[in-house]
Amino acid sequence: MEKERVLEVQDLELHYFTRKGVVRAVDKLSFFLRKGETLGVVGESGCGKTTMGTALLNMPTPPGRIIGGKILLEGQDILMLSESELRRRVRWESIAMVFQGAMNCLTPVYTIEKQMRETLQQHRQMEKKDATDRMKNYLNLVGLSDDVLRRYPHELSGGMKQRVVIATALFLEPKVIICDEPTTALDVVVQAQIINLLKDLKEQVGVSFIFITHDLSIEAEVSDRILVMYAGRIAELGTNAQIYGPQGPAHPYTQRLLGATPRLHEEVEELAFIPGTPPDLVAPPEGCRFHPRCPVLLERCAHDDVPLREIEPDHMVACWRCFDE
Amino acid sequence: MSEPILVAENLTKWFPVKRSVTQVMRRERTWVRAVDGVSFSVEKGEIFGLVGESGCGKTTTGKLIMKLLDITDGRLMLQGEDVTHITGAALAQHRRHVQMIFQDPYASMNPRFTVEDVLMEPLEIHNVGKDRAERDVWVREILDEVKLSPPEEFLARHPHMLSGGQRQRAATARTLMLNPSVIVADEPVSMIDLSTRAEILAMMKQLQREMGLTYIYITHDLSTARYFTDRLAVMYLGKIIEMGKAGTLIDMALHPYTKALIGAVCEPVSGRVNRIKDVPIKGEIPAATNIPAGCRFHPRCLYSVPECWEEEEPTLADVGDGHMVACRRYREIQALGDAARTSDASLGLRRTA
Repeated sequence: MEKERVLEVQDLELHYFTRKGVVRAVDKLSFFLRKGETLGVVGESGCGKTTMGTALLNMPTPPGRIIGGKILLEGQDILMLSESELRRRVRWESIAMVFQGAMNCLTPVYTIEKQMRETLQQHRQMEKKDATDRMKNYLNLVGLSDDVLRRYPHELSGGMKQRVVIATALFLEPKVIICDEPTTALDVVVQAQIINLLKDLKEQVGVSFIFITHDLSIEAEVSDRILVMYAGRIAELGTNAQIYGPQGPAHPYTQRLLGATPRLHEEVEELAFIPGTPPDLVAPPEGCRFHPRCPVLLERCAHDDVPLREIEPDHMVACWRCFDE
Repeated sequence: MSEPILVAENLTKWFPVKRSVTQVMRRERTWVRAVDGVSFSVEKGEIFGLVGESGCGKTTTGKLIMKLLDITDGRLMLQGEDVTHITGAALAQHRRHVQMIFQDPYASMNPRFTVEDVLMEPLEIHNVGKDRAERDVWVREILDEVKLSPPEEFLARHPHMLSGGQRQRAATARTLMLNPSVIVADEPVSMIDLSTRAEILAMMKQLQREMGLTYIYITHDLSTARYFTDRLAVMYLGKIIEMGKAGTLIDMALHPYTKALIGAVCEPVSGRVNRIKDVPIKGEIPAATNIPAGCRFHPRCLYSVPECWEEEEPTLADVGDGHMVACRRYREIQALGDAARTSDASLGLRRTA
């Protein structure tokens, strides 16, 4: 039985209107998020993954604008809501985001209590004591003690600050949390602790995650399904087993990205890499956007735009080679 | 066995901490013991890796080798000569022989310089090459070496006109201009996309083979370190706690800290999803102003026993094949690990105590 979909994105388009021209950062993206699952979003820098994340909050960074598509949150299109409704009902209330370098999101001159209370007061009418209890509960949930409330950000380590930000994202009980590279600035041991925390939270709180990172090895650890983005589009979308399983991913880009990811317990003479650079999104190449870097291209790849098709249940690929025709 | 090119003996760097008024009156001093007695030797043509978490002193060690910082105590030898306290012309010479690749190639290059200016500068400073024409030829040759070709296309570019990978290639080219014997590479690929990371490392390895270079590779990333280095040293709070051949050290780690680091690495392997990993370590790294007595790892160690903090700090002991470990209980811990693997007997962890 299929679980209910909390979030459904249809043909989402976000363009940056720069002096150099229109950058098509997110180009007709469609996917959905099931209740209680973690969807990983991977890709190289500049592939549009962070842009996609901000679009889900209807909060594009200027000069970016959402120019088309739908974002259905439990059936309601949030792109149709007014700014005040978005603030009241969507942002942090239903969808929260843990930003890249989240530790730097905390104001250095306020105590943790003041910053957390501010978010709470914006959204909930609450007695001061109840609010304090709730903050303490959530800090405990992410593995911090109550006395963190009295501290200033500089008194906390990077991992602790990241936990505070996660607690703040959680305590309005949103349905979806978008994590944008939540562990990149952290050391491996702390990274593993945060990853374990996110996994525990998923079980305990039943929240769905969108986990954005450039690192396929982290996705293997946290995500149920993985969405591989290339040049503003989906290259491949499959379950953890389909992407990392013995048969390997279907799209040549995913294959190469996986090949370039070093493995700790394997002796390799040469690491593979992907020659060339991702395309300029002002004037993306015709046909399949990966074709200039593709090692196995067919004749039609250079001019026929490639659709995203399902090749087996839950496994979508945008590659002419993978379609039987 | 060939001559070691670089030898560090008990290398130490303590930074003084600003004192409060009462501390000044009481004549108290506190120090950040960033590098606290590090010894290693690197052979010519070898790639030696220093790994550890942030704050473990790996970058400071790199800067001491470069002589960008004064050495508090200990000795540093380059090509058989003592360079610990050199100044003036000798120091300038030292910097010709030892070059550094920095983590952020954007921050380490003057944004107003073109690639040509960047590469020309070291030649001008050290007055190498007889005239402009000769230097021009060298600059072009080096650009070809680092695969920024054709050179003409890149000479007039400013750093912002290069991609991350190209910038790091230009930074590598700059270090090669003076024909150095040792290159300290401090996280050279951590800011570069995964897809090009391997390409940069492959290029650096090829240059190393062709030109007989010696690298000190400083990183927090064990996976690239395994691929890139010949030998690895793991640092914790200013000290090397384990050292050995890269493959051996990772596959047969002995020190509980190294084991924890390895256990925390994510790998792109199926079937690992949602498998909660218990990272075998407690708490967080303590401040380098207040290094624990005895074994400095004991407060975070799951296997520590009273002798770990009551007795003196363990020193690096050779366990064969150049594999060295600074842990007095490594044999017992290994036996515990084997026992747990054969039967399901619980580890003799201190958790229960």
